[in-house]
Amino acid sequence: MNRPVQKYHSTIISGFGGQGVMLIGQTLTSAAMMEKLYVTWIPSYGPEMRGGTANCTVVIDETPIGSPVIDRPTDVIAMNIPSLLKFEKTILPGGTLLLNTSVIDREPTRADIRVYRVNAGEIAGKIGSDKVANMVILGAFVGITRVVSLESVRLALEKKIGEKRPELLAMNLQALKAGENAIAGQ
Amino acid sequence: MAEKILLKGNEAMAEAALRAGCQVYFGYPITPQSELIEYMAKRMPEIGRTFLQAESEVAAVNMIYGAACTGTRVMTSTSSPGFSLMMEGVSYIAGANLPAVFINVVRGGPGLGDIQPAQSDYFQGTKGGGHGDYRLIVLSPATIQEAVNMMFDAFDLADRYRNPVLIIADGLLGQMMEPVELPDFITPDRIPNHEGWALRGKGSREQHTITSFDLDPVKLEEMNLKNYETYQKIQENEVRYEEYLMDDAEVAFVAYGTMGRILKTTIRLAREAGIKAGLIRPISLWPFPEKPIREAAEKVKMVMSVEMSMGQMVEDVRLAVSGKVPTPFYGRTGGIVPTPTEVFEALKREWEALV
Repeated sequence: MNRPVQKYHSTIISGFGGQGVMLIGQTLTSAAMMEKLYVTWIPSYGPEMRGGTANCTVVIDETPIGSPVIDRPTDVIAMNIPSLLKFEKTILPGGTLLLNTSVIDREPTRADIRVYRVNAGEIAGKIGSDKVANMVILGAFVGITRVVSLESVRLALEKKIGEKRPELLAMNLQALKAGENAIAGQ
Repeated sequence: MAEKILLKGNEAMAEAALRAGCQVYFGYPITPQSELIEYMAKRMPEIGRTFLQAESEVAAVNMIYGAACTGTRVMTSTSSPGFSLMMEGVSYIAGANLPAVFINVVRGGPGLGDIQPAQSDYFQGTKGGGHGDYRLIVLSPATIQEAVNMMFDAFDLADRYRNPVLIIADGLLGQMMEPVELPDFITPDRIPNHEGWALRGKGSREQHTITSFDLDPVKLEEMNLKNYETYQKIQENEVRYEEYLMDDAEVAFVAYGTMGRILKTTIRLAREAGIKAGLIRPISLWPFPEKPIREAAEKVKMVMSVEMSMGQMVEDVRLAVSGKVPTPFYGRTGGIVPTPTEVFEALKREWEALV
């Protein structure tokens, strides 16, 4: 974890509707805002939202953000196979690909990117609910990139979930931490 | 100023409108604008304002016509097909010299189109749309913070000139989230009272008449000429634009709204590749910032327009440039948003053909 921390990140987060990809993006966005970074979040809001793949794009920077629309992201989080197929080729050389291996049973083809693998479903299941797989992935992503601190993510989640469904908070926080642990050594 | 909060563009514009003194809202839901009317439906009763979901856009615009006659701050929001339905009422409101604010969160067209972002309603907004010799003041924000601040500007302009103001946003701005600072609610004394013309019950005062109608062509021409005096004042005083890296630019991009913002990233790519690009971003689409574009054409080698349409604003850009330098155009339509890299490739093609 001694890599220099680069603050500019353009991240596409993609998966099936219901996997919670929008919440991954929004939580990351809130955490960036808390750290007083510039940040934009855009959803795919078309017919894709109904059943197929859904994705959102988060851009984080230390200076005002130009385009919130990104065709060459620095990072991709792929929660399912269609997302891997669609976005692997778009990642900038040297960028990061984070795979949810509980759904994705194939390997990426690029050699010029860093690939991380997290079995988010299995880890979430051990914590107590498949539904927190998205937070496992977010914990892993923050562990990899250090674009924001896990503490900011925790605060963002407390604000987002804590007010409406406080009983779910502990499990989500546990998932974040487990995700961060899961990429240790990768 | 308050702490930053994270809001969708549609929600941010709604809250800002209320803080800018909007008392009454009439509307009808349509994607990708629906969060705006939804926010109003929840929030307005909480703070003692009036929200009404009409049975159609045609009904909504005529309710606005009525409410605007009282000098109350009134608005609606819609998306492209809905704004088309409002056109008759918009022409009447402009003809009757009434202040009102419209937001069009533009989506792909024509016809029913789709629900993705577009800028293909530029002609409709700036060149009429409805019938007759009228003008709307048309503003277009590039970021959510700018959209928030613009709501205050829009109501002030509508009141100052007694003319409807249109904000042209697009589906991307409506749907995206970005941290914003919300200005405080304005105090009532900032709103002109409009006692000289508004309809609030005659009582003992002289009768007020609000109409866009006169069967006598001489009188109707007079009404139009008076409107054109107002339009001229607006053109003299209310042009708004942003210049970005224009000092040493050899290529001037012209783009508004979301497209203007995307181009800032394209410009970074261009400068890394040795093409000195800059941007003139119209914030007021009418009055159009003709002067800075005309002046830029004296210095740069090319003025390139980029739009989420097949080319509408480019006509105003070409009028301003008047043939002094090449004026290429790049656009995508039907709800496709051009990416920074894609526009950079288009710029490279145009630049290599030129030098």
